[in-house]
Order: sequence, then C-alpha cells, then structure tokens
Amino acid sequence: MANEVLIPTPLRAYTGKQEIVEVEGNTVGELLQNLTATYSDLRNHLYNEEGRLRSFVNIYLNDDDIRYLQKENTPVAEGDTISIVPSVAGGIGSEVMTEPMTLSNEEVARYSRHLIMPEVGMEGQLKLKAASVLCIGAGGLGSPVAMYLAAAGVGRIGIVDFDVVDYSNLHRQVIHGTPDVGRPKLDSARDRLNALNPEVTVETHNVALSSENALQLLADYDIIVDGTDNFPTRYLVNDACVLLGKPNVYGSIFRFEGQASVFATKDGPCYRCLYPEPPPPGLVPSCAEGGVLGILPGVVGTIQATEAIKLVIGVGEPLINRFMIYDALRMRFREFKLRKDPECLVCSDQPTVTELIDYDQFCGITPESTTSESTDGVEATVEGLRAEIDRGSDVFILDVREPQEFQICRIPGSTLIPLSDLPRRLDELDGRDDMVVHCKSGVRSAKAVKLLHDAGFSRAKNLRGGILAWIDRVDPSLPKY
Amino acid sequence: MVSGHETVLIVSDDVAMHIQNHGREAYPNECCGALIGIDNVVGKCFSLPNTTEEGPRRRFLVNPHDYRAAERHATESGCTLIGFYHSHPDHPARPSRYDLDHAWPVFAYVIIAVEKGQPGAMTSWRLREDRSAFDEAQIERRNE
Repeated sequence: MANEVLIPTPLRAYTGKQEIVEVEGNTVGELLQNLTATYSDLRNHLYNEEGRLRSFVNIYLNDDDIRYLQKENTPVAEGDTISIVPSVAGGIGSEVMTEPMTLSNEEVARYSRHLIMPEVGMEGQLKLKAASVLCIGAGGLGSPVAMYLAAAGVGRIGIVDFDVVDYSNLHRQVIHGTPDVGRPKLDSARDRLNALNPEVTVETHNVALSSENALQLLADYDIIVDGTDNFPTRYLVNDACVLLGKPNVYGSIFRFEGQASVFATKDGPCYRCLYPEPPPPGLVPSCAEGGVLGILPGVVGTIQATEAIKLVIGVGEPLINRFMIYDALRMRFREFKLRKDPECLVCSDQPTVTELIDYDQFCGITPESTTSESTDGVEATVEGLRAEIDRGSDVFILDVREPQEFQICRIPGSTLIPLSDLPRRLDELDGRDDMVVHCKSGVRSAKAVKLLHDAGFSRAKNLRGGILAWIDRVDPSLPKY
Repeated sequence: MVSGHETVLIVSDDVAMHIQNHGREAYPNECCGALIGIDNVVGKCFSLPNTTEEGPRRRFLVNPHDYRAAERHATESGCTLIGFYHSHPDHPARPSRYDLDHAWPVFAYVIIAVEKGQPGAMTSWRLREDRSAFDEAQIERRNE
C-alpha cells in the first residue's frame, strides 16, 4: 500500500519536480524514512543533525498536524494523504550571519564537557554561541550570572550598570576584586569576563535603565536576566520584557532568603501577575538596609544563569509558572505554582499598560527634596550637630538603627533605640526636647521623626544623610558599612 | 544540482513599493509576505499576517495555513511561489542566524531594512544546498 505525499514548492527540486510522490509506510515516521531513502537530498532539509524533524517542518496527516496526533508514530491508513507544510520564519538575530557558525578547535576543547552530553551537544553549544543575554546589574546576582554565562559560551553578554565598586560589595559580588574598588563595575566585570572566556563578546551599557532607554536596550538581546535591587527597575524590566516578548529571568535576595522564576514567556505569567502592585515605599528594606548573606546571590544567580542557559538550548523544565523560594538558614527550597493573571494589566489579552510608565511614581517614590529651606524645621545637618556638640549643648542624639549596626560605629554620646522598639519605649524620651535622630542614611530616622512628632516631641529633627554623612564630613576615622 | 539558482532576482517597482510600504506600516514590528512569479521574476507579492508568538519586533512567522493558501494562490494563477519577504526593523538587511536556521531551500528570501520607520536597503538571499549559509542574489528593479 502506498500513500500520497504532497511536496511543497521548495522541496520539489529534490523530488524531480514532482508535487506528489507515492511512498509506503505503516506510520508517518516510517513513511518519511522511506521518502528520504528514495530522495536522499530531502533529509537535510527535513531533519536536523540529531535526526529530529526540524521545528519549522510541519507534517499533516490529511488535515491534522501530527504533533497533535501521535507524532511520527501516527499510523497511516489506506487513502491517507501526508503533506509536508513549511512554516516560514525568520527575524532579527543576535548576529548577522552569512557564513556558517562553527566552533574552533579551542572552543571544542573549552566546551568539551558540554559537547559530550546529548542534551547540549554541538547543536546546543552553537545555540549558546549564537545567543545574547542582557544582565541588568553587575552586583550580587549579576556577578555569578555573567560569569557562568560567559564560561558556558553565551556568544554575546550585555551588562547594564552605572555604579562603582565599593568595599561593601566584595563579600558577595565576586566578579569584582579588591583592586577594583573605586573602578566602574562595568570595567572590572568586563576584565573578569574577558579573562574567563575571551571567545564571548561583552557589551557594557553605562546607563541607569529608564523608561526612555529600556525598550531599545533590551530589544537587542534574546533573554533578559533581572539582577536589580529595587522595585521601580524590577517593574520596568518586567514590563519591557512583556512588551518585547522576551523572557525575564528573575531573581531576588534578602538576608537569608532568595527567590527565582522565569517571567514574561509566551505561556507564562509576568512579575505583575504575581505582584500587581509594588509594596509601599520603605516597607521592604533593601540589602543595604537589611543586609544579605554574601553567598545567597551566588545560589540565586546561578539558578538564574541555569534557567537562561536552559531557555537558550531549549532543554528541561524551565521555572515558568513556578516560583522558587530558597531559605539558606534552613537550607530548603520551596516551590509555588504560578498562573498567568487573566486580568494582568500588562500581559493579559486586554492590557491597559501598553507602554512604559513612570516607575518611580508607580512605586510611590518621590524625588528627594533638594532645597534645605523646606525641611529646615525637621532636619539637622551633620555640621550643625558637630557645632552643637562642640558648643557643649546637651542635644540628645537618638540612634534608631539595629544593635549590630550600633556595634560597628556610633556617634559619641548617642542613645540606641531601634526603630521597631521606639513606639513602646517613648517613655524613655520624656523630658527630651531638643533631639537629633539618626540612622544609617536617613530613611529610618525620617520615619522615627514622624512618629516622634505625632507623639508630641515636636522638636525632634532628622539627621540628614545619617551616620554615613557624619563619617564622610565629620569623622572619617569611623568605619563605614 | 538544483535548477533555478539564478543570482539575480527581478522585482517590479510595484512589488518593491508594496514591500517598502508594508515594512513602514508594520514598524516597529516585522512584516512578512509571499513572492509569486515565474522563475526568477517576481510578478506579484502579497502581505501575510505575522503570526509569531515570540515578539513581532524581532520575529516573523508564516503559519502552515497561510503558507498553504499562498502556494495555492500561486498555482491557481499559473505561477510559482518564489519565496517570501520580511523586514528587519532597525537592523541591517542581512540574514540573521535565526533566518538561516529556519530557511527553506530554493526560496528567495527578500529582506527590507526599516530604519526608524523608514524603509532602506532591500536584499535577496538564497539558502545554500548544505544549509551552511546564504548566498546573496542581486535585486534588479524593472518597470513594467
């Protein structure tokens, strides 16, 4: 018994210009094997090097795509017609190609442990070489992400950052070294990646990601890895990824806990499906305020790099529709199921957010006041405090930081009441009229001053810039953290 | 050896203008369409929906249904399906790795660069027999 196979225009050159050929076989797979045995030049266009049907080759049994039947095991009956139907696809790639991409002997040696695994192989390694990934941030998460992506041979790695390396970065941002302190993070990251793998292209973007530049910047990469440490940028990255149709490999860290997921894929949810609204400003402390275990971004960042590499190669089960939480203290991974929100403002079928917005405003962050007059009544400067102390005034200095911070450095003569304890320890402040309140940088103490004013301590003032400003401008001998 | 490997693709002004206009209208997304004619002469082209689900700013996809319709249309008008065109918004009119990975033999692949919404260079490419690369075909404009 023979069945008819309909040959599409571009393949008729290999079947002696026949539009229909008759081939025998009990299943679609058998039939195609017999077809390519007769017309051997067809094989290379229908099958990839691993012997699987190419993704843009569609095989129909009568009117049904065999993907939705039993694939190549679909049985063929008498009178059935098999059609080979092309999907015609293309687009802008990470690099312009008119010559074939191959691996040099050095690259084969470098990636040999990848190449011998069937899940990666030559095909997967060439996909990595052709791929481009943008890391938002060259900090705690960006360090392992960029380093492992470079080591794995991702052909083009972009990094967005505008910060310089600080001593306080070094306990976790392992892409930078001690001699790099004071250098732009992009410079030291590029040096480290070039040393790790000179085969990959590193592109540095010395900008603060914004609604004005995000779409243009992200458009040039296949996958985005979010290593940001603040909500406005996180929402910005998410929305830009949804608008551009690019996967957003998400990770975040705080103290001993990390999170990871893959957002903004075709079928999966986005960050807004999980968190439609940002938390009120100041509610969730940053790592600078709350601290972070140095090794935590190592774990979360390598999870992000793993997911990015899986997405490029197209193997395994990605963290799509899944939200992973890692607890370093208990050494436990937990996983939640996520679902696309059918009413999501940005990724649903009827989105109301169709372009990038003002994310600072969205997250309730207002620009810091630059005029000192407007805050004169509630703010004190470090120079003013120094002058009062020198004058011998009995100004009361209230430190609202945590005890472990107090151990690192303190302003002489200050009294410690952590912000969280303040409401129930207000009686300790009875009789204190002139009061200067400080924390590390001035955020927590601003909340404390508001609380004190509400409680009747109307002359409490916030020390602008906190103890960091004190160290910078009054007593540089103190350690900075 | 496969016949029909002319290194020139002849395109009428109407066809060229259609491709340019489609590229402009679709910007910043990619557009795509079918080229119909005889041998290496494109007599007619028509727009097809870009059905990609991977982000139309960087991808195009002609689904099997539309492909079949294009082929049928060509046959019914006594022509053949010569190939397809697509645009590269804000990128050069040169095939990408992605184009190469997804290319079919024999077909002419016409690429129009669209820079900031304005149509620019138009090039034509054909996949090598061994799928290793594209060879460029010169586009010859011809008034009818």
